[in-house]
Amino acid sequence: MIQLKKIRRARRDDLAQVVEIDARITGLRKPAYWKAIQRRYRLFLVLADATRVHGYIVGEVRDWEFGSPPCGWVFAIGVRPEARLKRAGTGLLEALCEAFRRRGVDKVRTLLARDNALVLAFFRSQGMMAAPFIALERDL
Amino acid sequence: MRLQKNTLLALCSVLEFARQPGRPFSAGEIAHKYGASVHHLAKVLGRLRRAGLVTAARGSGGGYRFSGNPKRVTLLDVICVFEDVGSGNEKRAKRGLERAVDQVLAEIDETAKATFGSITLETLLKLARRQPSL
Repeated sequence: MIQLKKIRRARRDDLAQVVEIDARITGLRKPAYWKAIQRRYRLFLVLADATRVHGYIVGEVRDWEFGSPPCGWVFAIGVRPEARLKRAGTGLLEALCEAFRRRGVDKVRTLLARDNALVLAFFRSQGMMAAPFIALERDL
Repeated sequence: MRLQKNTLLALCSVLEFARQPGRPFSAGEIAHKYGASVHHLAKVLGRLRRAGLVTAARGSGGGYRFSGNPKRVTLLDVICVFEDVGSGNEKRAKRGLERAVDQVLAEIDETAKATFGSITLETLLKLARRQPSL
């Protein structure tokens, strides 16, 4: 039977699968983190059918960070390896961007490690280019 | 950031081939379009062929074609056939403030590598389609 997938807000009962997807990608299980994300962010979306979560995306609108006008930030995206190359990530990003537009912003940004070739290539394929910011850090 | 002439020619050639995957291209056609000599371009295409990025067939209906997956092959894959992005840091002993300067240059190299490595041929072709044609 064909299971219809749809994008909707993440629910508490999705969290175990989100933790599992994230752990498969990053190698780290972070149940407390995802519980906090689900409580804190309205723009935590999942691509799911009746029983299975295939991917997730999380974002928010941030205002005037370092002088930047309000814009949408994507700070997590994950898709099960077997669901990739089927427009799952594209659908999730499009849904999040639509939610950003409804909140009145016309720019979306993200930040990720430069050795994360897979996700970098995904965002590039969605038309994202280098932003006019430089990420900096130092040891404490 | 500048690429060597050979590298730029190689990138443009591979992108031209990937844009029309079913069509064979002659070296003359690409050379004419990018203002290079046929002899020079043939050398560039020879290196791409040896790297497995293009195929070449002789005779009628022959020519050069892209032989990779444009969704997988990145700009870095093509560039690396011709030059080493980030090769500026020589291994010789550094004098005075050279080490500090090298650290900044390495930072630029890493960013360039990540940029080239994250853009597939298909993504670049998509970008080209969005730009207004001159």
